[in-house]
Amino acid sequence: MSIDEFIQKIENEIEELPKGVLKPDTSYRQLPEWSSMHALIIIALCETDYNVTLTGEDLRSCNTVNDLYSVVKSRI
Amino acid sequence: MPAVISAISYYLPERLLGNEEYYARFPEARGTALEKVGVRERHIARKDETASDLAFAAAEKLFSEHGIDRASIDFLVLCINEPDYYTPTTACVLQERLKLNRHCGAFDYNLGCSGYVYGLGISKGMIESMGAKNVLFITTSVLSHTFHERDRSSWFIFGDGAAATLVTAGTGGRDIGPFSYGTDGKGHEKIIVRDGHARNPISEHSYDDITDEYGNTTSRANFHMDGTGVLLFTLKTVPAMVNDVIAKAGLEPADIDLFVFHQANVYLNETIRKKMNIPEEKFVHCMDRFGNTVASSIPIALYEAKLQGRLKPGMRVLLAGFGTGLSWASCIMQT
Repeated sequence: MSIDEFIQKIENEIEELPKGVLKPDTSYRQLPEWSSMHALIIIALCETDYNVTLTGEDLRSCNTVNDLYSVVKSRI
Repeated sequence: MPAVISAISYYLPERLLGNEEYYARFPEARGTALEKVGVRERHIARKDETASDLAFAAAEKLFSEHGIDRASIDFLVLCINEPDYYTPTTACVLQERLKLNRHCGAFDYNLGCSGYVYGLGISKGMIESMGAKNVLFITTSVLSHTFHERDRSSWFIFGDGAAATLVTAGTGGRDIGPFSYGTDGKGHEKIIVRDGHARNPISEHSYDDITDEYGNTTSRANFHMDGTGVLLFTLKTVPAMVNDVIAKAGLEPADIDLFVFHQANVYLNETIRKKMNIPEEKFVHCMDRFGNTVASSIPIALYEAKLQGRLKPGMRVLLAGFGTGLSWASCIMQT
């Protein structure tokens, strides 16, 4: 899995996020659209597509998309 | 002795909270991903309307809608989180109010979203163990009474309501079962009202606002749900539970004609459906007009599925409930 694939998967799940907004260095929690439902969507995505358990705490402790990608990749 | 569901009715409080009114109250929620939860409107009980009031109305509706003679009821089982009194059991109060006969056993039990399947198990047990013929099984919830006024998520997701189910002795090979149950008390704080009961009496800090990183506000004396924690629990537990009950029945997933899960959240249930490769036409979503009605979501979904012609005689239906406790239960029934 590359970071581009990871971003593409998130973009596919979160339609209200315009394509191209998410970049590796984006601080996702600072996005105006960021909500608890997005946290659920990303956790569900990692669980179903990568079989990786990501917790609410992981989402709180990461800042950028790249941080999140690194956590997921390390657990695959 | 086999058991079957022979009738279901449900009752919703009159007060309707539609999404437009919801967004007027929580304008910051408009345009967020919240609509993926799949609720368009939900009913909210008045402050002076108790869970037993809804239970009473649902039972009266069951009697009138299906022409059931109340004198035939020989057991009353009530799933309730908000009893009328510390003691007596609310089911006793309802026995009198519903004018059920004096030979009728009656008791409450307290479970959340796993409560419907548990109640079917209990009702079947009453039929098997003591020869009960007509078990009136009621699920009811006024969860909104526990919400903080600025709890954006809960006001969107949940709705109040009650369902009454008549469980009778099964005939023609129809039965409810097998069952699969499970509990993980380690997760008891994931869905909780912390203060105001024996463990934590109301203190000076019980009503202090607690706002999470998503801007959702609650307090120790109000309902709290750890959404991400509950999602993970559900994604890990529900598929295993469903597979377990299918295996117990000696069946394959393809042998199930209809899957009716607790209506927790359409996005979540859809994720599980895809993960388990359950075909869309075999899976029931029923949240848009009701919200998550806790233990009543499965019977409401069964009622609506029957109305739509999706639930027919001769089917094998799998029910799955999961939620606060953490607690989960699943069963297969023949219609």
